[in-house]
Amino acid sequence: MAQPLVKKDDDRDDEADYSPFLGIEKGAVLQEARVFNDPQLDPRRCSQVITKLLYLLNQGETFTKVEATEVFFAVTKLFQSKDIGLRRMVYVMIKELSPSADEVIIVTSSLMKDMTSKTDMYRANAIRVLCRITDGTLLTQIERYLKQAIVDKNPVVASAALVSGIHLLQTNPEIVKRWSNEVQEAVQSRAALVQFHALALLHQIRQNDRLAVNKLVSSLTKGSVRSPLAQCLLIRYTSQVIRESANIQAGDRPFYDFLEGCLRHKAEMVIFEAARAITELNGVTSRELTPAITVLQLFLSSSKPVLRFAAVRTLNKVAMTHPMAVTNCNIDMESLISDQNRSIATLAITTLLKTGNESSVDRLMKQITNFMSDIADEFKIVVVEAIRSLCLKFPLKHKSLMNFLSNILREEGGFEYKKAIVDSIVILIRDIPEAKETGLLHLCEFIEDCEFTYLSTQILHFLGIEGPKTSDPNKYIRYIYNRVHLENATVRAAAVSTLAKFGAMVDTLKPRIFVLLRRCLFDNDDEVRDRATLYLNTLGGDGTVVQTSDDVKEFLFGSLDIPLVNLENSLKNYEPSEESFDINSVPREVKAQPLAEKKAPGKKPTGLGAPPAGPPSTVDAYEKLLSSIPEFANFGKLFKSSAPAELTEAETEYAVNVVKHIFDGHVVFQYNCTNTIPEQLLENVTVIVDASEAEEFAEVASKPLRSLPYDSPGQTFVAFEKPEGIPAVGKFSNMLRFIVKEVDPSTGEAEDDGVEDEYQLEELEVVAADYMLKVGVSNFRNAWESMGADCERVDEYGLGPRESLAEAVNAVIDLLGMQPCEGTEVVPNNSRSHTCLLSGVYIGNIKVLVRLQFGLDGPKDVAMKLAVRSEDEAVSDAIHEIVASG
Amino acid sequence: MDLCPLIKNILLLDTEGKRVAVKYYSDDWPTNSAKEAFEKAVFTKTQKTSARNEAEITMFDNYVVVYKFVQDLHFFVTGGENENEIILASVLQGFFDAVGLILRGTVDKREVLENLDLIFLCLDEIVDGGIILETDADVIAGKVASHSMDDGAPFSEQTITQALATARERLTRSLLT
Repeated sequence: MAQPLVKKDDDRDDEADYSPFLGIEKGAVLQEARVFNDPQLDPRRCSQVITKLLYLLNQGETFTKVEATEVFFAVTKLFQSKDIGLRRMVYVMIKELSPSADEVIIVTSSLMKDMTSKTDMYRANAIRVLCRITDGTLLTQIERYLKQAIVDKNPVVASAALVSGIHLLQTNPEIVKRWSNEVQEAVQSRAALVQFHALALLHQIRQNDRLAVNKLVSSLTKGSVRSPLAQCLLIRYTSQVIRESANIQAGDRPFYDFLEGCLRHKAEMVIFEAARAITELNGVTSRELTPAITVLQLFLSSSKPVLRFAAVRTLNKVAMTHPMAVTNCNIDMESLISDQNRSIATLAITTLLKTGNESSVDRLMKQITNFMSDIADEFKIVVVEAIRSLCLKFPLKHKSLMNFLSNILREEGGFEYKKAIVDSIVILIRDIPEAKETGLLHLCEFIEDCEFTYLSTQILHFLGIEGPKTSDPNKYIRYIYNRVHLENATVRAAAVSTLAKFGAMVDTLKPRIFVLLRRCLFDNDDEVRDRATLYLNTLGGDGTVVQTSDDVKEFLFGSLDIPLVNLENSLKNYEPSEESFDINSVPREVKAQPLAEKKAPGKKPTGLGAPPAGPPSTVDAYEKLLSSIPEFANFGKLFKSSAPAELTEAETEYAVNVVKHIFDGHVVFQYNCTNTIPEQLLENVTVIVDASEAEEFAEVASKPLRSLPYDSPGQTFVAFEKPEGIPAVGKFSNMLRFIVKEVDPSTGEAEDDGVEDEYQLEELEVVAADYMLKVGVSNFRNAWESMGADCERVDEYGLGPRESLAEAVNAVIDLLGMQPCEGTEVVPNNSRSHTCLLSGVYIGNIKVLVRLQFGLDGPKDVAMKLAVRSEDEAVSDAIHEIVASG
Repeated sequence: MDLCPLIKNILLLDTEGKRVAVKYYSDDWPTNSAKEAFEKAVFTKTQKTSARNEAEITMFDNYVVVYKFVQDLHFFVTGGENENEIILASVLQGFFDAVGLILRGTVDKREVLENLDLIFLCLDEIVDGGIILETDADVIAGKVASHSMDDGAPFSEQTITQALATARERLTRSLLT
């Protein structure tokens, strides 16, 4: 067909590089398009020119408005030709040009003629083209033909009309909805694809009518669908119906049998669609899951990578919620670690890490080590994160997991990957005390040969905090001081600060540290010298070994208890004068939280560098915030802050959530408020709390929020007194009260006069779990033995009928608010009994350990034996009290 | 349309990742440079893998991509991250086999470019605006080929030589797999 056009100048006539389109140029092809206007059309040549035009468009070339119009008009001339091949190219070309409304009129009559042609291919294609380019005004004219086409006996024509209907429904729903009789007839078609397209259209016509969809699903699930694609659609519609039907009793879920039946379908796409639908059912039970897992397991050993991928990806998701259900597949999954397709291998590894038990960890780590060397960084990061959570689940295994992390830390890798590893080690050091010393040494070794300044400085900072608290701080000094010799100025400065921290915290090291710091005075960088000088002078490095006073420590190493934004603002406003800048004049209130923070709710600070940034979100930050408010300053030490609980529905005028701060003798509610109305400014915002259902609480203070502008969150507080050390509980109803002022949206200025208004919030509750801190222990048995049986309290409880053992276990964990240990919160499938180990710290800083033994008593009834050990009998009794009354 | 299986694009690239023929059915890539960036990413991600016997699969940027290579051609089909992988694979297989039938077994870049008009028609017959039109390679190839023959003649009524060539190609394919 198309001949080689213009040869490239350099005569590189390489066979392999040969292309009929070599050196093709838009201008030349547009010239060639003049043949469309010839009185005697040459269909073959015209076809070639259209192909060239399509090739240009396909390569990303664009036509100007004028060029496109010219080509379009020329192409319309080609309708004169009777050549079928050319006509097909014309159809494709018209769709690619997407003509404007006035241009469409030119081809309308030609296309309408084709639509009623005897040739099936003309009818099908003309429908698709016309429906694609029409703007709807034309639709009423051709509606009659379209309705006929839907029930045309040629499946290609019917499909063309149905698919066009699906597209048109977006723009002209009222017209397409009139076709539902014809569409319904097409659903019964013997042609597979027609059935698929008809079902898709019918569902869309009815999608807002829940009852009609219900009827559609229940009639079709009885079995008249032949096309696998249509069957997949039906499975999707069925899961939607299941999702939306309320009050599902476990066991008799509607349509579950249909989904299960599809697992035996002969088409793989249907089997998979059904299996996936079952795993995604709300509150799926292990009995419902089993058949789906079984077919997915078969896919795992398929010869087709697509099937293996689909199965392992689905099982990976299931492992997050039902790890025990997936354990049966572990052997197949392990063989996938060596899969050629690295996406499959990575998914298999992370699934195994989620489902693995303590005994399999070592074997798994061995396999992963071989695997890590030949995957990309992005996969490695996924694996590192999975290992981190595994380590937190099985703290006893920290040795081998920490070793693994340090090994991969030494290997080649990009910044993101290295950062993920370092973050993981830092988190493990924080959460698993036993892992601290080895972890710190691993980090020390890493900075000996670390190419990333950011990571080096962050690790040095972390060493400065954690190192002095270890049993032998001495051994870190060498690593830190090496940095002063070998690194760039930024790292050197960080190393100087870390050295000084060791000096300030560990008196025995002080003389040696001073020697080292004095050497830094000759550094060629200002910052390094300045830091060394500052530390030497403030820490008393004048030769005498003195106890560094707490004030100095606080000044040098204490964190700044002022929001940095406020400090920056105050410094900007400060004008040089006789009066020096007073840091106490900087406001401590956290005013407007940055918007970005709001967009990532619940995102926990992880790893290095995270905690100090942003508004208060950790207990430390909360504590600082509360102690900066004079009314609450004398409440003592903050025991616990709850996670924020929403008091408003999503997308209401005002968004309010509450954080409960528990003190020994007080409770403070922190209401985080956001005003989502741009035309309003709220002032003097308070929450009126009715504590009539919380008898032991008495309101002592309330701190209103002066002003709450649009979209910049603020806080108001209410404090209650409660009996000291007693875990009082109660319900509180809340009313937001404020003065609302209209804001002119154009100027952003508020009017002077405001109106007082109120806004009802949801209730909040102080529960027993609020008095319990989740604190894990790494070895429960040791902790249990060493706690002794002096204050042990044991009793048995009947929990009544429960949906499953797992549900009962979770309910008790939530009720107590304690930390599950050693992965015992996971209940294996089909087990009749389970032991769960919990640990926590109760108000008054009393350590509590709980051993829960659950058993099924009859078909659904769950019985529980609760053994509590703590440092105080009264607390052991209190735990029983919580369970007895919960 | 949210429940209907949707195809985001079908790509046919050469061994350097350059476009041979592509078709986008989604607004996810509004500009040509966005499209080229996506093609480059897909190409580099899959380049080193071997997808010559069975279709392979990968996932990135919240897209699932299934792909298959033959000679100096790389075939790709892209779907959203929640799409049924096996449906995507059936579209890929339909396209791949249809091209094989249309080109009578000699599938390489040169042959595809020589018959680019047929390849465009083939893409046009597989997916319409993201919705799967047909996945059966015989039907697709039949619809594409029918234009060079008499009105509506099914693919099975080809000339003897054509039929033989097709049969030979089928046989080799069944022996290979």
